[in-house]
Amino acid sequence: MKHIISSVRIMIFFTILCGLVYPLAMTGLAQVFFKEKANGSLLSKGGEYIGSELLSQKFEKPGYFWPRPSAVTYNPLPSGGTNLGPTSEALKVLAMDRRLKLKESHPGSGEPPQHLVFASASGLDPHINMDSALYQVQRISASRSLNPDDIMNLIKKKLKSRQLGFLGEETVNVLELNLALDGI
Amino acid sequence: MNIFDLLQFTLFLVLLIITAPPLGKFMALIYQGEKTWLHWPLQWLERLAYRVGGVDEKKDMDWKEYAKSLMLFNVLGILVLFFFQMLQGSLPFNPQNMPTVSWHSAINTAVSFVTNTNWQGYSGEVTMSYFTQMTFLAVQNFLSAAVGISVAIAVTRGITRKSTKGIGNFWADLTRSTIYVLLPLSIIFTILLVGQGVVQTFSPYLDVMTLEGVKQTIPMGPAASQVAIKMLGTNGGGFFNANAAHPFENPTALSNFLQMLAIFLIPAALTYTYGSMTNARKHGWIIFGTMMGLFIVLTSLSLYSEFQTGIMEGKETRFGIFNSVFFSAVTTSASCGAVNAMHSSLSPLSGGIAIFNMMLGEIVFGGVGAGLYGMLLFILLTVFMAGLMVGRTPEYLGKKIEGREMMMVVLAILAPCAVILVGTAISSVSSFGLSSLTNKEPHGFSEILYAFSSATANNGSAFAGLNANVPYYNIMLSLAMMVGRFAIILPLLAVAGSLAQKKQSPASSGTFEVDTPLFAVLLVGVILIVGALTFLPALTLGPIVEHFLMIRGQTF
Repeated sequence: MKHIISSVRIMIFFTILCGLVYPLAMTGLAQVFFKEKANGSLLSKGGEYIGSELLSQKFEKPGYFWPRPSAVTYNPLPSGGTNLGPTSEALKVLAMDRRLKLKESHPGSGEPPQHLVFASASGLDPHINMDSALYQVQRISASRSLNPDDIMNLIKKKLKSRQLGFLGEETVNVLELNLALDGI
Repeated sequence: MNIFDLLQFTLFLVLLIITAPPLGKFMALIYQGEKTWLHWPLQWLERLAYRVGGVDEKKDMDWKEYAKSLMLFNVLGILVLFFFQMLQGSLPFNPQNMPTVSWHSAINTAVSFVTNTNWQGYSGEVTMSYFTQMTFLAVQNFLSAAVGISVAIAVTRGITRKSTKGIGNFWADLTRSTIYVLLPLSIIFTILLVGQGVVQTFSPYLDVMTLEGVKQTIPMGPAASQVAIKMLGTNGGGFFNANAAHPFENPTALSNFLQMLAIFLIPAALTYTYGSMTNARKHGWIIFGTMMGLFIVLTSLSLYSEFQTGIMEGKETRFGIFNSVFFSAVTTSASCGAVNAMHSSLSPLSGGIAIFNMMLGEIVFGGVGAGLYGMLLFILLTVFMAGLMVGRTPEYLGKKIEGREMMMVVLAILAPCAVILVGTAISSVSSFGLSSLTNKEPHGFSEILYAFSSATANNGSAFAGLNANVPYYNIMLSLAMMVGRFAIILPLLAVAGSLAQKKQSPASSGTFEVDTPLFAVLLVGVILIVGALTFLPALTLGPIVEHFLMIRGQTF
């Protein structure tokens, strides 16, 4: 009996300490020191929020860079991947279909890079790799009547190298790139 | 693999070696009741906990009392989590008006978070309110981790003490783990993570018009504070459904590196704590070395497989193949269960190694506390077998290991194995087990095998094609999680109680030395033999056969 009472009281103590004081204090600190990041790294255009730098959104118009395929059609509620394994017939069909469509909309650009063929883990991957960005240059330059070299330069400018020089992979943020495209 | 990947791998290992001694020493002082530099800012909180709880932290408990308070506290934890999920709809901090959770999912989640498994049948961003996440789920992130450390420390005391019944005070161990170890580290990691872009806010979800003019709802929440303890406590329960693959939980390569480090930080340091408390430093390093050796070999195999045949399906661009597979190895070695890539989409052998890591019982660094006490089971088994070979009563750090202890050890090793195999077998031949599958044939079997391995080993990651949020899996996996947690903790506490009562027998020329590389080799042998003999047939039916079928180009 004594231990039951102690259990209840200690549970209440830690619920208040770790479940209220700690997250509230951390939110306070975060809102003071990293306001933008703590609130979702939002990007705006003309005074209106148009999305988060960290979350992929749907792009299918020929004048924009396209993101990785998404198992949740870029709807963050909820996030997730296909969970299809390498021997899945469904995945094989999906990939073949995507390759075909990419080749159709990118004539003369060759085999599409696998980042554009396979869906990301979160369904919200905001990045593509350099190859995937370069693959789309022809299409965008035709659609926007821009010089391919200008788009190339834009990609190079937006390319993020490995963090601290060695962590992770080189990435290009699709939404940032498209915002910059609109700005040209 | 390129030079950068190799550099990350090496730096990761070096950082573990560097951080283990100071943190390990610090924890040894804490649990021996000595003063540290964190006492002056935090001791009032510790005292307050005892006063609120009405407990006398100086009172030594025998193993039965220790086990009783631990079980009561955990049962209470399950009840609290269950009821507050059922009441969610009428509680505050719920800007999205999340309704009440279904009863079977609530049971599963309650058991899952209390047993440090953090298996998730639900999707956080569409199921749980901010209040449920931070005030109930995250609190168990702290407490289940603290329980794990407490058990490891109690068992350590059983080995070091002589001719006594007491193995420490559960309330004191729990409180000290939380206040001096988990909370300060969580604060540091929260700040580091928010700095990388992990969200930490109470604002409601935000609707935006995207550049192409489509509505997108951006989820928010106090995620960083929860992610910090989710990693440090090897819990692994994601704030969002995609877990550490979600850009709001793990936005950059640096946040990813920090999170992997957070997973191994405490389990690695505990080997030093153990060596320090038992006055067998070298033995502590041998345990550390054994874990690291297994980790390097298994992770390298997994990386090799993925670089041969892996695809980008289920992986994030910022992590690429290396960081996805490395994370999968860390999280499955350590009973964490957070994922930054969808394990189901890994190459068959990489996925198979993830399953094997869990089947070994999460002893390659393992869960906080759970990794060390799981490894102690194998150490006792090794010492016992070595003793049998030379025909002497086995001794371990001056304590005779006899029939009673060995019965408990074998029970704790075999119970989880049985649950994994029996649970998988029942589900593979029953319609309610098979109706949840996404993938077919061998990969479908792997989904089930993964689920039971993950639940029983208290890992919590998944081949998430399996729709586990149905009554059958919610209940079955709850049972598996309970066995995997308590069928190890209770026998081990009994062993601790029994060892504490024994006299110290001085080392003689016949004593088997446990601080030599030879011992490490024997230990690895025992671990692999138990793991391989038990699970190779099951693994053959899943990942191994899938690998060969994949090479033949077959799909299902």
